[in-house]
Amino acid sequence: MSNIPADLRYAKSHEWARAESDGTVTVGITDYAQNSLGDITYVQVPKVGATLKAGETFGVVESVKAASDLYAPMAGTVVAVNAALESAPETVNRAPYTDGWMLKLKPADAQAAASLLDAAAYAKLAG
Amino acid sequence: MSELKRTPLRDWHAAHGGRLVDFAGWEMPVQYRSILEEHKAVRRTAGLFDVSHMGEVDVRGPDAAKFLNHLVTNDVAKLFPGRVLYSPMCYPSGGVVDDLLVYLRGPEDFFLCINAGNIDKDLAWIREHAAKFAVTVTDRSADYALLALQGPQAAAIVQSLTGAKLGLVKYYHFIEGTVAGVHCLISRTGYTGEDGFELYHAAGDATTLADALLAAGQPYGLELAGLGARDSLRLEAGYPLYGHEITAEVSPLAAGLGWTVKLDKGADFIGRDALVAEKENGSRRKVVFFKTGDRRIVRAETPVLGPGGAEVGRVVSGTLSPMLNEAIGSALVQADAAPQPFDAAQGRPLTVDIRGTKLNLQIVKPPFVELKKH
Repeated sequence: MSNIPADLRYAKSHEWARAESDGTVTVGITDYAQNSLGDITYVQVPKVGATLKAGETFGVVESVKAASDLYAPMAGTVVAVNAALESAPETVNRAPYTDGWMLKLKPADAQAAASLLDAAAYAKLAG
Repeated sequence: MSELKRTPLRDWHAAHGGRLVDFAGWEMPVQYRSILEEHKAVRRTAGLFDVSHMGEVDVRGPDAAKFLNHLVTNDVAKLFPGRVLYSPMCYPSGGVVDDLLVYLRGPEDFFLCINAGNIDKDLAWIREHAAKFAVTVTDRSADYALLALQGPQAAAIVQSLTGAKLGLVKYYHFIEGTVAGVHCLISRTGYTGEDGFELYHAAGDATTLADALLAAGQPYGLELAGLGARDSLRLEAGYPLYGHEITAEVSPLAAGLGWTVKLDKGADFIGRDALVAEKENGSRRKVVFFKTGDRRIVRAETPVLGPGGAEVGRVVSGTLSPMLNEAIGSALVQADAAPQPFDAAQGRPLTVDIRGTKLNLQIVKPPFVELKKH
């Protein structure tokens, strides 16, 4: 049973998004995703300043098993990336919703997170 | 997954958190907790693997030694009771049918351990060639379970469960004895590069033995280890895996296993003519081992590019070395493009393209990590 926090929003492609009080949105991959991938060995994220379209590939998460694309849950500009993952990608396995975050976006549409799945809807997908 | 074959420990794995996957038609645990952590446990303390999917074959009869020396490339005549031999067996072309362990239990009494994915093919091959010899070939694969306990603490753990004097059993030797009350062929062999044992025992005893080993190993830091760690451990040690470094098209000479090919053993063997010619003329392609200094895994089938950018071969195995924290692997490349390890000419290195990033392959003589001398 994977952990699906109630206060987050989710994309069908297994990224989560958290609307922060400063108007940015933090993005990572879900507990279900990290568990399916197994030991994560490499995370590639875009540069700060990159602009992403909704659904666009923004990076790669690689495990011993396979490399998988990461998809932007919404359009926006990258304002921060988690540089710690470069040397410690296994953080995503250990703490997918906290220390394992991947990037922060300034969303093009401030309400974009609302159109993502809520925890109950995502639980049906990743139950 | 209903058609997958199961070892006697399938439910035991599930109960211990094993993640079961299809491996060569077998439902096997790829990992329990973490491939990387299981790998490190084997290098630092000990790991317990179920490798009961491996095949076992009895070869018995007056011609057994003569037959096996015809079948395999290494020299079976060097064996004495209690000694184990690693050898490829080849096609007439020099390509490999399989690699196996040969155990000499007593006069005219040999025991083979073969790869799970090759059991049917190997048995057909062995039986076809046995027809001209006074031997009986018996498939014992279903009768045996096989547990491998590997790592620097393996000997202490097994010793705590047996009266057999393991100190007298050297690397690539075996004895018969009881471990936790279970009769075992206790073989000081493995596929990790570490000290350790492979315990062949009756399939019906597997859970008894697995429980006993796990309990005895707990104070030593023993971890259950799956096939994921088994693969990264063998690659770090530089051991070949059938279907990767050795195949029907890649001879032991091309794979860097020349030490297992005894052209002058005084017995003709299948593939000898082709291997003599290959040794004389040089292999057309060679297996090289590499690391990249980067964490991105260079996966099997990735094209290997020569200094001019043309494809000169393909990666055959690739993973992240949990000990080095960088990508390691092996590649089958055109011999004239294969640099030597530590060659100063690596100013013109082989490269791979990983999602648009060009990475140099640093050619390495394995093992990738320092292993204790056996």
